[in-house]
Amino acid sequence: MVTLVYIAFGVLTLSALLCLFRIAMGPTAPARTVAIDTLGTLLVGFCAMVALQDASDFYLNVAIAWALLSFIGSIALAKFLEGKGFDE
Amino acid sequence: MNEVIGFIIIAVGLVFDLFGCIGLVRMPNVYTRLQAATKCVTLGTCSILFGVLCITGFGPTGVKALVCLVFVAITSPTAAHAIARGSHKFGIHVHKDAVTDKYAEEIDDPSVVSSGSNDQEEGETL
Repeated sequence: MVTLVYIAFGVLTLSALLCLFRIAMGPTAPARTVAIDTLGTLLVGFCAMVALQDASDFYLNVAIAWALLSFIGSIALAKFLEGKGFDE
Repeated sequence: MNEVIGFIIIAVGLVFDLFGCIGLVRMPNVYTRLQAATKCVTLGTCSILFGVLCITGFGPTGVKALVCLVFVAITSPTAAHAIARGSHKFGIHVHKDAVTDKYAEEIDDPSVVSSGSNDQEEGETL
């Protein structure tokens, strides 16, 4: 079962590298925004796998906070794309 | 037994994560990328968290995984919706093979409807 956790780390790292490729090469700002949102959701799963390996709940606190901050960041980037201020 | 079921669910979630990120790289347009990436990665991450819940049971780790699962399942489609609306306001048009654009009809934006082939990324070959 420990091997399966390391395989999971490998697959998640490959997925994160694909997201980073799209962030680096994305032709427009909305494509980069989509990739940033996807990367935030991926890292929540990564934190869950680290918590499973450590057998502690500390990294799930990190995962909850990361999900919250990723959501706020995605909403802020979407408002930025709309061209509005943050107080509307 | 719970451990085996949990690792099977985690494996399904990993496959969804990987396919979602491949779709993020391979798809031609912002909206198709958004569709592929957010749906697959949301289901994949929720499956990983549910697998952690199955393995550890209802201890502190499992309950926190359940809270995080509910939070991701609510917020990720909301963020995707906001990004799609922002992209439309930003000026990204739908793909030239798309049949209809209901949001442009609703807000009466004639430039989007008439210039359906004006894709900003049509030179991309991926």
